Amino acid sequence: MTLDHRTTYVNSIRSGIAVLVYPFQYLVNFPANVGDWASESFSSRKQLQEDNSTLRTQNLILTTQLQKLNFIESENIHLRNLLESSKRVGERILIAELLSVDMDPYKQQVTINKGSLSGDDIYPGQPFVDAKGVMGRLVHISSLSSTALLITDPSHVLPIQVNRNGLRAIAKGTGSQTRLEIPHIPNNADIKVGDLLVTSGLGCVFPVGYPAAVVVEINIDPSLPFAEVLAEPIAELDRSSEILLVWPGGKAKPNPSNPCQLQTESPAEASEPVKEKTAS
Amino acid sequence: MIFLSFIVAFVLSMLPLPQLLQSVRPEFVSIVLIYWAIAVPNRVGVGIGWIAGLIYDVSIDALLGQHALTFALITYLAIKLHQRIRVFPIWQQALTIFVLMMLQGTVILWIRGMLGDAPPLSTFMLSAFSTALFWPVAYLLLRQLRRYYQIN
Repeated sequence: MTLDHRTTYVNSIRSGIAVLVYPFQYLVNFPANVGDWASESFSSRKQLQEDNSTLRTQNLILTTQLQKLNFIESENIHLRNLLESSKRVGERILIAELLSVDMDPYKQQVTINKGSLSGDDIYPGQPFVDAKGVMGRLVHISSLSSTALLITDPSHVLPIQVNRNGLRAIAKGTGSQTRLEIPHIPNNADIKVGDLLVTSGLGCVFPVGYPAAVVVEINIDPSLPFAEVLAEPIAELDRSSEILLVWPGGKAKPNPSNPCQLQTESPAEASEPVKEKTAS
Repeated sequence: MIFLSFIVAFVLSMLPLPQLLQSVRPEFVSIVLIYWAIAVPNRVGVGIGWIAGLIYDVSIDALLGQHALTFALITYLAIKLHQRIRVFPIWQQALTIFVLMMLQGTVILWIRGMLGDAPPLSTFMLSAFSTALFWPVAYLLLRQLRRYYQIN
């Protein structure tokens, strides 16, 4: 137990047993799969047409917004070039499905259906999001499935910033799926109920700018040094069945001991960014 | 058959339940383990309990070894007391199960406390209580199974 808590030696044993456990998980997940399939195949023609038309409208709106986004992105890169600051690499994403399996009742965890054998180089510590916001990060990878920690787990901390003014803070999980706690906010800090909190990218595990939570409650007690700030996660932590795995650094995996350094395949590639820097 | 009953118990322990019901889910694997330890102590022992615990730890992604320890402990106690528990009336058996589950919960609570994420006390007491309530059902079912397949 101490080995598991302090080191990573037993991870191979764990993933070995996880392969044994996967058939059970598949079995448990099976009724949910069948339910999904049935509701898809037996839905009426009218409902399908309605779905189709709403999706079409949504698609139109999103493409219109995307036109603008392309322009803004190129403008952003251009401005960053002018300022000679580092470029932000486009992130690679992969869709995975949650298995509907219950885990440890005292932890906020989920299982996903991608593992090291699915061919996509997923790694422990990798962040994942759903359609609305940040959900959490992977903790254990086995061959066929992986387990992930949600941002609401009491042992999880997420670096965030207030979208309105860039005030940096961290969001701690509370163990409840609808609450995050923002500790160490001074009483006079500029933060209001309704503020959007986005990931700040500090710590290099989570990519910058994904929406994480909305401030719902601020209690200021003048006798205490810090205000009590509570926020609600935006991602549908208990309802999403599909998630997106994100590679913040594009192709390269971050170094497990220091996520701010990318692990590179060969020494030649490692020296490349340095050359670029000296040239500019 | 013993193996199959363990598989059913594992599947039941993973079945998705609403958040509210999760804390009152009986410990199916422990029940099956205790039953076989009482009924056929020559076939199910501390080793089986330890392995079942390891698999259980991986299936819920808890710290590897905590359930292995507690399952081995309760199997040991069940085997030690099996001749006495066998002759108890069923409600008294349920009471014994309650005590065993409280013991298991306490050890888990200690381990979690050492790691710094101790859950509220009430959750494992609820689960111990529901396990004891579920015991008569499981006992009668498993006894039918054992007599039908003549496992001894």
